[in-house]
Amino acid sequence: MSIETDRRDPDRDVEIPLPPALRKQGQLKPWVTPGMLGAAAVVVGGLLVLAGFSTGLFIVGTFIVFAVGLYVLSRAVEGRRKATDRLVTVTVTAAFLLALIPLVSVIITVIGNGVARFDATFFTSSLRGVVGEGGGAYHAIIGTLIITGLAALMSIPVGLLTAVYLVEYGKGRLARAITFFVDVMTGIPSIVAGLFAFALFALFFGPGIRLGFAGAVALSVLMIPVVVRATEEMLKIVPNELREAAYALGVPKWRTIIKVVIPTSIAGIASGVTLAIARVIGETAPLLIAVGITTGVNINPFDGRMATLPVFSYNSYAFPGVPREPFLDRAWTAALVLIIIVMLLNLLARLIARTFAPKTR
Amino acid sequence: MTTDTSPRLNPPTESVQPPKPVIQRGDRIFSGAATAAGVLILVVLAGVAAFLVIQAAPALVAPAETIPGGNGLVAYIGPLIFGTLLAAIIALIVATPLAVSVALFITHYAPRRFAQTLGYLIDLLAAVPSIVFGLWGVAVLAPASVGPTTWLQENLGFIPLFAGPVSTTGATMLVAGLVLAVMILPIITAVSREVFLQTPTLHEEAALALGATRWEMIRMAVLPFGRSGIISGAMLGLGRALGETMAVAIVLSVSGGITVNLISSGNPPTIAANIALEFPESTGIEVNTLIASGLVLFLITLAVNSLARFIINRRREFSGAN
Repeated sequence: MSIETDRRDPDRDVEIPLPPALRKQGQLKPWVTPGMLGAAAVVVGGLLVLAGFSTGLFIVGTFIVFAVGLYVLSRAVEGRRKATDRLVTVTVTAAFLLALIPLVSVIITVIGNGVARFDATFFTSSLRGVVGEGGGAYHAIIGTLIITGLAALMSIPVGLLTAVYLVEYGKGRLARAITFFVDVMTGIPSIVAGLFAFALFALFFGPGIRLGFAGAVALSVLMIPVVVRATEEMLKIVPNELREAAYALGVPKWRTIIKVVIPTSIAGIASGVTLAIARVIGETAPLLIAVGITTGVNINPFDGRMATLPVFSYNSYAFPGVPREPFLDRAWTAALVLIIIVMLLNLLARLIARTFAPKTR
Repeated sequence: MTTDTSPRLNPPTESVQPPKPVIQRGDRIFSGAATAAGVLILVVLAGVAAFLVIQAAPALVAPAETIPGGNGLVAYIGPLIFGTLLAAIIALIVATPLAVSVALFITHYAPRRFAQTLGYLIDLLAAVPSIVFGLWGVAVLAPASVGPTTWLQENLGFIPLFAGPVSTTGATMLVAGLVLAVMILPIITAVSREVFLQTPTLHEEAALALGATRWEMIRMAVLPFGRSGIISGAMLGLGRALGETMAVAIVLSVSGGITVNLISSGNPPTIAANIALEFPESTGIEVNTLIASGLVLFLITLAVNSLARFIINRRREFSGAN
């Protein structure tokens, strides 16, 4: 309800034409977009009911009808530019939703298939002597923890010190070379890291060697660059004023780094390290090559094959016994446990970063 | 740095020799350790290359008949390289536009309050272990692909890519490529997102002030600024797709040599998947051959990643991919 104002001058009865760019254009009402979506769904749904229903086709069809309908309508009312804008908005949103489908589908599938064997036996018994049902992945969980722990033990000091070198000491060609090769190392395929560890140990112990420690070495190759990157980013954002204040008080450089720089950034570093662990704990290929698989518990990483959770899952899936079902169930449950571990580590990293972040005043 | 001086009295101003900075023993040890760690990384990388070469050497000099397949190393690795590139390129073609759209959605379309959470959701996709993607691909995506691929073969069968006959299990190159696409999507998204966020706000506001719609603003200000980021993100994704092992090893049904037919059950294997499948059963020269193929994979990914890093590093202000 508004007062109609006459924009024309009552004395001169001439209408002044506006230049085309300023000409007032119509605008679609806010309810048009959801309305169009509903209409598209009804139309496509109706057509599909006649021709045989399928969810995938329904979603794709609805999207196309919706996008085209909105474009045509907007073009008629609002003009070409606004119509293109709306089309892009719809497309980009749809792309995002499309990208979420695999995530949701993976989680639903893994939970649905893995929950069957998600019981106490799975966590408390190994596969030794198990031919059919029952048995568990106790040996694989232990193996994963030992190998990942060893890898972390090797990677964290090296990664941390390298980052300190790059940020605090590094200058000139050596630093540039290290930065570049850390980046390159980030891209080493995991299977190549496994081959490297195997080649290294095979040189000393012969070609039949499978060793938990070799797996840890392979994982370290994958983990070190991630730790370096994360730590480096964190050290870089420590304000220089803090360092200068320490120097001004006569604190030597190494104590400045240990007492001032690292404590300031420890939250970010810890969260980065946690993410690095989460990245390597799910690696399958290098462990398949360097560690192999076994059915019993082996807690000595320097003596023979060890089972790990990802390889356990792969092996149960790829080489099932007869009957197949117990093996497949165990494979899925191992995948479920793996996903839970990884998600928990990710969550932990977020919590660390948030809880221990330096208080900014 | 020469700032590590311990407190001292003012030196006499007319001293002939300037005061030497005191380097404490702790300083020397600490900087030595840090440098050593950095050098260790270079040594490890050189070691990766060296040990692969040492272990691959027997296969390089062996007579052709002893190589698995009986036709020499080139004939053995050739189809593997082809398969690796094919799967990775499918993944790249599918993932790049999708990832750029997702990055745009998160940075410019989603409500500000949710943007970070939505980005976290996509990052979660990167956290899922590859073995899980493999199981998912074979249990969900492969069966679901049979219907659409049958349609493709019936209606677009004249294109060599979709010549068929259609695989009844869905264990095809197309599905392997799609699984890889899902796996590299988060990387490309993360890199693109980072550059899109770095677009100068002034450029965006200037475009909007001139009356541009949101899409025109993105096309004129955001995309040109982020182009190198998109390219390097795509290259990093390509590097990951080339080296991805378990997902392909589980999903792809391997038999047959070089073919561009994406929907049949006869596919060339990829290097990484072939190593994972063959290695546990191999002995002697077979192991050396597999390591030689691993060396080839290493060199390919090295080249792709170096190129990506080169593009990233040309933009000084862009700090890094992770």
